[in-house]
Amino acid sequence: MTNLVEVRNLRIEATTDAGRLVEIIKGVSLDIGDGEIVALIGESGSGKTTVALSLMGHARPGCRITGGEINVNGKNMAALPEKERARLRGTDIAYVPQSAAAAFNPSSTVMEQVIEVTRIHGLMPPEQARKRAIELFRALSLPDPEGIGARYPHQVSGGQLQRLAAAMALIGDPKLVIFDEPTTALDVTTQIDVLKAFKSVMKAGGIAGVYVSHDLAVVAQIADRIVVLKGGEVQETGTTAEILSAARHPYTRELLAAFEPKPRGAQADADAAAKPLLRVDNLTAGYGAVRADGLPLIRAVHSVSLVVQKGRNLGVIGESGCGKSTLARVIAGIHPAAAGEIVFDGRELERAARKRSQDQLREMQIVFQYADTALNPAKPVEDIISRPLAFYHGLDRHARSKRVDELLDMVRLPRALRYRHPSELSGGQKQRVNFARALAADPKLIICDEITSALDTVVASAVIELLKELQSELGLSYIFISHDLSVVEAICDEIMVMYNGERVEQITPDKLKAPTHPYSKLLFSSVPKLDPTWLDGLVRDPELVSQYGHR
Amino acid sequence: MTMARTVSSRRSFLGHSYNLVGVVASLVILAWTLVAIFAPYIIPHPIGDIVDDDYFGPMRQGLWLGSDYLGRDMLSRVLMGARYTVGISLAAVCIACFSGVVLGMIAAVTGGWIDTCLSRFLDAMNSIPSKLFGLVVVAAVGSSIPVLILTLAVIYIPGAYRFARALAVNINTMDFMTVARVRGENTFYLIGSEILPNIIRPVLADFGLRFVFIVLLLSGLSFLGLGLQPPLADWGALVRENIGGLPFAAPAVIVPSLAIASLTISVNLLIDNLPQKIRDRDA
Repeated sequence: MTNLVEVRNLRIEATTDAGRLVEIIKGVSLDIGDGEIVALIGESGSGKTTVALSLMGHARPGCRITGGEINVNGKNMAALPEKERARLRGTDIAYVPQSAAAAFNPSSTVMEQVIEVTRIHGLMPPEQARKRAIELFRALSLPDPEGIGARYPHQVSGGQLQRLAAAMALIGDPKLVIFDEPTTALDVTTQIDVLKAFKSVMKAGGIAGVYVSHDLAVVAQIADRIVVLKGGEVQETGTTAEILSAARHPYTRELLAAFEPKPRGAQADADAAAKPLLRVDNLTAGYGAVRADGLPLIRAVHSVSLVVQKGRNLGVIGESGCGKSTLARVIAGIHPAAAGEIVFDGRELERAARKRSQDQLREMQIVFQYADTALNPAKPVEDIISRPLAFYHGLDRHARSKRVDELLDMVRLPRALRYRHPSELSGGQKQRVNFARALAADPKLIICDEITSALDTVVASAVIELLKELQSELGLSYIFISHDLSVVEAICDEIMVMYNGERVEQITPDKLKAPTHPYSKLLFSSVPKLDPTWLDGLVRDPELVSQYGHR
Repeated sequence: MTMARTVSSRRSFLGHSYNLVGVVASLVILAWTLVAIFAPYIIPHPIGDIVDDDYFGPMRQGLWLGSDYLGRDMLSRVLMGARYTVGISLAAVCIACFSGVVLGMIAAVTGGWIDTCLSRFLDAMNSIPSKLFGLVVVAAVGSSIPVLILTLAVIYIPGAYRFARALAVNINTMDFMTVARVRGENTFYLIGSEILPNIIRPVLADFGLRFVFIVLLLSGLSFLGLGLQPPLADWGALVRENIGGLPFAAPAVIVPSLAIASLTISVNLLIDNLPQKIRDRDA
């Protein structure tokens, strides 16, 4: 046996609540050599995480490994008794979860949790384990390697926590580490540090890895080989360079195509004297007790001004915690501003939504990031979309039903979907319903708060295309909030960069290559490119990183 | 690609799956409900008539459940007792759950001082022991069916309120609530159309549990002589007035106890085994 991992004809079945068996992995085979990093890539529901977990002999509740062999380091994980598997987990095979924040126990220190593996398996005395952990912290370029172990999980940042999760996985000297979308929840500027740390540790230790992701650009930086999964079957396997340059399977091509920049066709600039639809002046908002000067204790948005022209789009970009979502909520009146004014369509708006007129509320709609929580799970799609029709337009039942059909057509959803509940829709479909509800109000401005962040690349680019089409049909304006530069670039006429609650720069997409503000420079240079040599070749100004990067 | 083997002991009906325990429990409840509705037409003897020469008579033909401490027909008294036990409890639990759930949702949605005032007031109510409260009310205004219903309802409002508020507070933080608020919806739309459909299942389960508590409390009050007054008798009162038959193993004391047990246990079992909606549409 030459390969560290040999999976042959793996089959996994799940039992639905009707007692029906569904095959979710249909004969997957893959090999991983010693020290090789293989990426599993595919859309959500393609089975990539299920395959990754099966390497530990684990199947999630309701699922069963029903066929095939999973040979890891010469042992068939599918056939071993559970006790044997438990012995191998943490020592031969380790796992880094998607959300480190959810994987750490908030009530004990980081160090205790990192060395827990050595205690469970009796690998080394605690003193030695602590020393080893500190070495790993240093290798993963965590700040203050000696001291960070004494902190609690809430005292370190998301990017650091993700690296600590990696340290936890690596302390048992595994031969194989499974990374389950470890950077999906991180900002681009943080993601780079985490990726670099992972890559150097894995290469230094000659550890083999499985990297699960739906982001091809991230995978291109870290993986030696890529396995493309769809519908529980392997679609295509090849080295990273092969897949990127000569993808054969249509699905892989689709994934790659989603990365092609699709710049907006220059909007007709004929009416250069277009009226501003929304003008925001010196808006300040925040949380906490109001102080003597009338401003809140913690200011999330600090003196931000912006203008949105009729029929044009403004992108707001920045890392998490920069105040971009608060800005959206302040403009929509959900979180009343502490100071500043909002002028919409020539009239000044009240700060709180409660005091605005019904027409003002109707003309400005907000669409949220997570369609899962933005759609009432207890109602069918039909009821969700028709409520604004009844509420704002007072349509009767018959007219509503007709309009719901039109709206579903508009967002390219089959009409039969109206009888379904949100839980019976895919992520992309939910986001379309979410959008259709905003359209039902006949708005002039739609505030889109990270609406593509929870979607796969391919689905997200389809949603963006839809938004563009609807704009030209209906003459809408969007405020598009995102941390993903390529998304904003694809749809916006102007881009505002926010950092720490303030507007640092406003530029147009054609000038993206030459941002002037140092933070914009750092942000734009941190967006991963499909080029596999990008990460290694990336040189960032250390001064910029120390000033703006959260390490 | 999908395999249509079925591997479950649960059966399905109308898009829901259910199991045997739930079915049996609901049949018992249905039977008691029918008895409660049709009791006056099916009782063999009027409940006040003395039909036996002996007291605590055994089961025999004509007197299927024996006779009570005055020689009255026990079957008739148990059947009529179902009417009072089920009827009073149901009325009380409806009032308690309706008021508690509506107030709880309003408190969760509006927040602020309304929430604080309601919560503190109902917490204070909650701190009064239920039997003592019943005792004081019955001593003050006397025992009648409307007084019993209202007393039982008031005792169980705070619990229903707390339960509904806790559920509604979670729903209230969801984005669809924010969307509905910026749409300009009023509180009644928010509680009725956005929150209620999301908490209705646990609320119904709580309704069932509270029904059981009320049956037991009503039986307890009647056992203490504070419930229905003779010759009317609910199951609790039947146990109390026939307690003297215990040394003789008289059916008169065992049967009403079994009736209370069968109803409350069935409601509990039904709540634990409610039909589950099948979400797998291809099945």
